[in-house]
Amino acid sequence: MSTLKIENLVAGIPGKQILNGINLTLNSGEVHAIMGPNGAGKSTLSGVVMGKPGYVVHSGSVTLDGVDLLALPAWERAQAGLHLSMQYPTEVPGVHLDDVIREAYASRGRNTSTLDAEIVAEAARIHFDMALVERSMNVDLSGGEKKRNETLQLALLKPKFAILDELDSGLDIDALRDCARRVEAATQEDNLGVLVITHYARLLEELRPDVVHILAAGKIVKSGGPELADELETTGYAGLTQ
Amino acid sequence: MSSLAHYPGVVMPTVEEEIWRYSRIEELNLDTYVAGSVVNHVDAPSDVASIVTQGAAVGECGVAMPIPVDAFAEINAIHCSGAHADIITVKTARGKSYASPVVITRTLSVSGVLAAPRLIIDAAENSEVTVVEHFLSSDDISSLIAPVVEIRAAQSARVTYIAINELGNKTWKIAHQQSLGERDSTTRLFTVALGGDYARVRTEARLVGVGATTQQVALYFADKTQMHDFRTLQTHIAPRTSSDLLFKGAVQDTAKSVYTGLIRIEHEAHGSQAYQTNRNLTLSHGAWAESVPNLEIETNDVKCSHASTVGPIDDEQRFYLESRGIHPDIAERLVVLGFFNEVLERLPQIDVVSGLRAKVAAKLHAGAQ
Repeated sequence: MSTLKIENLVAGIPGKQILNGINLTLNSGEVHAIMGPNGAGKSTLSGVVMGKPGYVVHSGSVTLDGVDLLALPAWERAQAGLHLSMQYPTEVPGVHLDDVIREAYASRGRNTSTLDAEIVAEAARIHFDMALVERSMNVDLSGGEKKRNETLQLALLKPKFAILDELDSGLDIDALRDCARRVEAATQEDNLGVLVITHYARLLEELRPDVVHILAAGKIVKSGGPELADELETTGYAGLTQ
Repeated sequence: MSSLAHYPGVVMPTVEEEIWRYSRIEELNLDTYVAGSVVNHVDAPSDVASIVTQGAAVGECGVAMPIPVDAFAEINAIHCSGAHADIITVKTARGKSYASPVVITRTLSVSGVLAAPRLIIDAAENSEVTVVEHFLSSDDISSLIAPVVEIRAAQSARVTYIAINELGNKTWKIAHQQSLGERDSTTRLFTVALGGDYARVRTEARLVGVGATTQQVALYFADKTQMHDFRTLQTHIAPRTSSDLLFKGAVQDTAKSVYTGLIRIEHEAHGSQAYQTNRNLTLSHGAWAESVPNLEIETNDVKCSHASTVGPIDDEQRFYLESRGIHPDIAERLVVLGFFNEVLERLPQIDVVSGLRAKVAAKLHAGAQ
C-alpha cells in the first residue's frame, strides 16, 4: 500500500499566501474529496502538489511513500506515481494522444508494443470517440471530450495517486458518469488513491468518497464521511465554514 | 552605389531599403564569387517526362516575372542569357492532370561560385502538376545560389510547388518565387528551409484572374549561426481572389529569422479574402526572430486578417506534458514537432516530403538521443 501525505503545507503565488497549513493523508484505494467555495485554494493545492510553475512553497511537505515530492520537478513527481487531471486541460497543437502516452510509457520503461490496442480498449470503456484520439491534444474538443481525454490518460498511465481538479466542471451528465465510473473502477482494479477536488456534490454521487474535507481560506476546516457532502448540499459553504 | 563588375548595371541593395531591412546583405561581396552552375538531377516518371525541358531557351523566361524585381532577379536574368544559363521548364498540356511529381534536385558542388538557375512552371488551362525543387550542398561548400522560379497557372490550372532547402551551413541562398494565378486557378507555394548560412526567399503570389486562389506555406528552422529571411507578398489584382499564408519557424542557438509579409489588395480586387499567419518559436536565449506583417488595402468589401507571434515554448504546454512523466527535453521536442505538424500535414504526401519530419527532429537539441 502507498501513502500520499501532505503536512502543514503553506504555499501560494509570489506575494500572496493561499494555502495556510494543509494536512491530509491519502492511502491507496481511498477516495478523498476536497470541497470548497471559489477562492478557497482548491486549484492552488493541486498545482502545488503536482509542481506547476508559478507557485511558491513556504513551508510544509508533500511525500509519496516517504519520497519528498516538493524536491522533484513535475515530470519526476509523475514518475513517482502522481497524476493530475486538469480542470482546464492545455491545448498542445500538433501533438496527439498516442505520442504523449508513448513517451510517457517510454520514460517509465514500459513496453509500448500493445499501446495502440490499450488505447482502443480504454477509449471504448469511457465512450471516447477514437476519431478524437487522432486530434491534436485538447484542440477543438468539447468540455466533455476534454475530460474523457484526461480520464483516458489516467486509465492508461495507472498512477498510484490521482488528483482530479474539478473533473465535473463543464461536464455533461453522461461524460461525468463515464469518467467517474472509470476512476472508481481504477480504485478497485489498480488500488488507485484519488484526491477529488470539486465545488459541487454532484460528482460525489458517482464517485463515492471515503472522506470529505472542507477547504476554506486555505485551510481544511472540517473533515468527515460522505454525509458531509450531503450536509453541504443543504447548508451551503457558509454553514460549514463558520 | 556602384554597379558590380561582373554584372554591369546591377546595383546592390542596402539595408536602408525596407525590404532588405534586418538582412545580412551588407556582408555579401559578390566580387568573391565567379559565375558557376549547379548540378541538376531531374526525376520525372514517364507520365511527366515529356513536359520537362532542361536547357530551355531564354525566350521562355518572363511568364510570371517579366521584369526582374531586384538585383538578384536581375543577376538570374543575366545568367539566363549567358554561358551559365540553367533554365528548366515544366509545361503541362491543357486539361491534363499529372499524378507523379517532377522532382528537380539542384546541387552546388563547388565553392566560390554564384549559380542562378531558373525554373519555369507553365500550367495550361485546367491542368494539374506538382513540382519539387530540392536545393543541396555539403557543409564545406561556400557558394551563393540565386534561384528564380516563375509559375503561371492558366485558367482553372492547379500548380503545387515545393522548395526544399537543405543547403550546407556555409552556402548562401537568395531566392525568388513568383506566381501568377489566372481565372479560377490554384497555386500553392511551399517552402521548407532547414539549411544555408544566410537563406532568403522573396515569394510573391499575384492573383490576376477572377476567383484565383493561392496558398503560401513555409516551415523554417535555423540553428547555430544560420539566418532564414522571408519576404512574402500576397498581391490581389482581380476581384474575388483569395490568398492564405501560413509561415511557421523556429530558431535555436544564436540563429536568426526574419519574416516580413505584405497583403496588398488593389483597387479592382473587391470581394477578395486574404489571410496571413506567421508564428515563431525562439528555442534558445540567444536566438532571435522578427515578424512584421503588413496590409495595404485599396478597396472595400474585403476580408483580411493577419496574426503574428514570436516567443518561447508555452510553459503551460510544457507543464501539461511533464505532468505525464515526460522529461522536459522530450516535452519540448514534442511541442516543437507539434508546432511544425500544422505545416507538414499540409504538404503533399510524396516521398521527398515524408522524410522531412525526421530531419526537423534531428536538428532539435531537445531530446536528442
